[in-house]
Amino acid sequence: MLRLRDVVQRSVPPRNSPLNSGLWQRAGYKTQLGPQVTEQPGLKRFSTAEATVQTGPGHPCRMREKSLTMASLSPQVKAVEYAVRGPIVIRAGDIEKRLQQGGKESFTEVIKANIGDAHAMGQQPITFLRQVVALCCYPELLQSPSFPEDAKQRAQRILQGCGGQSLGSYSASQGVECIRQHVAEFITERDQGVPSDWNNIYLTTGASDGIMSILKLLVSGEGSGRTGVLIPIPQYPLYSAALSELDAVHIHYYLDEDSCWALDIEELQRAYLSAKQLCTPRALCIINPGNPTGQVQSKKCIEEVLHFAYEENLFVMADEVYQDNVYSADCHFHSFKKVLYEMGPEYFNNVELVSFHSTSKGYTGECGFRGGYMEVLNMDPRVKEQLVKLLSVRLCPPVPGQAAMDVIVNPPREHEPSYAQFIKEKSSVLDVLAQKARLTEQILNSVPGIKCNPVQGAMYAFPRIFIPPRAIQEAKARSMAPDMLYCLKLLEETGICVVPGSGFGQREGTYHFRMTILPSPEKLTVLLGKLKEFHLRFLEKYSREGAPSSSLHREEGAQSSNLHREEGAQSSSLHREEGAH
Amino acid sequence: MKKLDYTVLARRGNQIKEELRQKLRKPYKQVIDLYWGDPHAAGVKPLSFVRQVLAACLYPDLVNSNTLPVDVRQRAQRLLGECAGGSVGSYTATAGIPEIVHRISEFITKRDGGAPSDPENIYISPGSQWALRNILKVLVNSQASPRTGVLTPGPCYPLTNFTIKGLGGVTVPYYLSEEQGWELHVEELHRALDSAKGLCNPVALYVINPGNPAGYVQSRKTMQEVIRFASEKRLFLLADEVYQECVHGEKSEFLSYKRVLSEMGPPLSDTVELASFHSASKGFMGECGLRGGYVELVNLDPDVMKCIYKLFSTDTCAPVLSQIALDLMTDPPQPGDPSYPLYSEETQHIKTMMVHNVKRVFEVLNSLPGFSCKPMEGGGFAFPRLHLPPKAIQKAKEMEMEPDLFYCMRLLEEAGVLVKPGMENGPKEGTHHIRFCIMNPEDTMEEMLSRLSSFHTQFMKDFS
Repeated sequence: MLRLRDVVQRSVPPRNSPLNSGLWQRAGYKTQLGPQVTEQPGLKRFSTAEATVQTGPGHPCRMREKSLTMASLSPQVKAVEYAVRGPIVIRAGDIEKRLQQGGKESFTEVIKANIGDAHAMGQQPITFLRQVVALCCYPELLQSPSFPEDAKQRAQRILQGCGGQSLGSYSASQGVECIRQHVAEFITERDQGVPSDWNNIYLTTGASDGIMSILKLLVSGEGSGRTGVLIPIPQYPLYSAALSELDAVHIHYYLDEDSCWALDIEELQRAYLSAKQLCTPRALCIINPGNPTGQVQSKKCIEEVLHFAYEENLFVMADEVYQDNVYSADCHFHSFKKVLYEMGPEYFNNVELVSFHSTSKGYTGECGFRGGYMEVLNMDPRVKEQLVKLLSVRLCPPVPGQAAMDVIVNPPREHEPSYAQFIKEKSSVLDVLAQKARLTEQILNSVPGIKCNPVQGAMYAFPRIFIPPRAIQEAKARSMAPDMLYCLKLLEETGICVVPGSGFGQREGTYHFRMTILPSPEKLTVLLGKLKEFHLRFLEKYSREGAPSSSLHREEGAQSSNLHREEGAQSSSLHREEGAH
Repeated sequence: MKKLDYTVLARRGNQIKEELRQKLRKPYKQVIDLYWGDPHAAGVKPLSFVRQVLAACLYPDLVNSNTLPVDVRQRAQRLLGECAGGSVGSYTATAGIPEIVHRISEFITKRDGGAPSDPENIYISPGSQWALRNILKVLVNSQASPRTGVLTPGPCYPLTNFTIKGLGGVTVPYYLSEEQGWELHVEELHRALDSAKGLCNPVALYVINPGNPAGYVQSRKTMQEVIRFASEKRLFLLADEVYQECVHGEKSEFLSYKRVLSEMGPPLSDTVELASFHSASKGFMGECGLRGGYVELVNLDPDVMKCIYKLFSTDTCAPVLSQIALDLMTDPPQPGDPSYPLYSEETQHIKTMMVHNVKRVFEVLNSLPGFSCKPMEGGGFAFPRLHLPPKAIQKAKEMEMEPDLFYCMRLLEEAGVLVKPGMENGPKEGTHHIRFCIMNPEDTMEEMLSRLSSFHTQFMKDFS
């Protein structure tokens, strides 16, 4: 039973999970980098509770109690945790600010290897994409001889699809029609002829907007009827945050670290079967290429997953935003849709599948545009109507992001003037990424106590780190996860910002961190060198005391962690019971 | 999820547009679409300065060429310097680019006659509705029993009601007094709150000022009453102020809730919890497609603020171009800048257009028997009342349609004018209205009024 509880974790309010709570308390979590606001009397009047307390006693009338407090706050919101923008990242911002103000550290800059933000790390935009969107923004430039004809044609076509021929008008909630058509054509071409209907394409505000909307459609029910969603461990924390917000049951299936983080179909079945008694599993999320694992799934594995989804009637959500980021020569990206098609009409006409893509990754790395799309297959037409309604709440996805998506799905063709430069830029970005993927894996594996699977795709390494028992002990004393302590020390000693594995989920007793491979090769080499030195120092520091005491600690650690776990599981099953009433 | 039935009209509008493209014969050559508050779609031109800066940020080669005015290039350069890696393709901090957030805060302080604003309390989002939805997520507990209630005006912006219901909350309508120019009476707020007893647990009060769809601009006195009411009843105040640049009435002035609250002094100014929303989609800019808005939060519990941070962080960040648009909106060209003359000419043009449209809509509608229209002091819409003949109502019933939808359907089919039935906005029971956008070029407005007049005259004749 205990094992069962391990896999089914209902979101638990922070009160029950003190992990890292200390950090949230201390962090200036929304610190502005801008000019410092000098505190004037009265300024605080509007902002903080301290001010409320200050004015309180002096005032004749009693302070009004807040209408919105932690007690009245929506519990689903309270449960939201999002590690890639969590406390460690906030601390990095604080340190960066100190450095900018001339503060002294043992390093000169903070290297943000925490987030897949290519341009921030110096990657150059694809010229053609920027030309097209600039032309759309300021159509007077269509007269300028300094823009190539193919960029102008693309821009004109996009503008014709926009109300009043302006990027500034709302589009349909699903996106600009001609862009949706281009997306469908792109998918057909990518999947070597597998048909794609543009009516199934929905443009989104980044991929996460699509993921959130689909989950929202899927989650319902109470008690054992409550929707459960299978998510990989480790996973991209957007999924856990979204499920917490929707109060769905998180069903964890563990990826196999010993086989390069491959998805093991038996593990998927185990997770499914054990969860089935407590909730109603309805959806299965897959991230391929993997985030944070960097794993690229084989065709055989995808077939097994799709067969399983077919058998168990699960809705499949395929997060394929890294489809252009495959580096290992023996790996290829296979879209879930294409594999489904090749499995035959019985599968292709039945399995409900949504695939997500984005402007933020690939070779363009245009995160700031918040562009993306999803293709929805085999969804009940009446549910599709509901989806459109749901999407209409945010009116429409940003139109410049839609324009950027248009360029990605409709790049320069061989006979067009921009082709040569486009191909040069594209392959340069992808070649450098492949080089950095190898470099990262090699250097990390040269460090004792670090083990890193090959970075086959995506933009991250997710190495396993050995953390000495004494460090684990210290972390516990400071109410934080051991890998959080590790990452915090790494940040404070070297200025390198990575995200602890606990934010993504990992097998009990194992520790990891996620780092991006995005810094320039030179910077990445320096970063990995510093990381290596740090790790050795860390091991030495926490292993200095005698072995016996450390093994003792280890046992204690294991016990108390079990205890914690049980508490968590209890309170989570309690939650479920409450829900049943 | 509640069903939105009104899409039938917009769908038919798109069909007719398509039929016209295929050269099907109709009594008109084009559909005049004033369904949305979407100025660019209706033919208003974007501001050159805004588009030039955006283009230069997108394609920095333009910063170094002399195609664009020097202040445009300087501004683009500064903004790019504020983006990570000097690119609008990078993510930003959760709340937005810190320097932009800071300048928005300065704009608010200046707008509000010096009432202090703290950048820490501002979040930029992909449109103001997105921010509103996030704040509602915090307020509305989808599993609470009784359910969470939010007081919303009748008539209201329907998307807000839809969002509240979608989150599992209940909307509690308080009706504005159409007879008195859509005034908000505090007695009505009391009545509405009482009506919620036993049905839900009201936690927030949503106000729209300047109004949407009704074109009122609230007076300081009204706002003070609303604030006192919110304080007394411990309601969180949600102030939708996206039309703050759109004030047409000569005697009207936009005052923000933040300002009025601040000037009321303690204890109210220290305690009433307020979220105020603004957007790049309306006003002179009208950049709906960029999806940029922000919320300023006042007097919130610091622990709640941390949760709000986490919630916004799961959205990653607002589109960078829309953040830049907000920067340009809150910090436009000043006299002496090379771009100022053109900027000033373009904004003046929009002002003139709005004054013209407001005047003409008022005149024409009130000259038509069966229409009555209150003065439009602000906002982007006309929301005239339609006094339909009983026969028309009867006919609508036979066709299983709301009477105002029936009217709008006929108007679309016969005159090629697409406007929104007022029922969707939830006005007082038994009253009928239509809503249409007035942020359009003068000739579009004239053509629309002319088509509407002939259609309406015929309609009244047919059903008298």
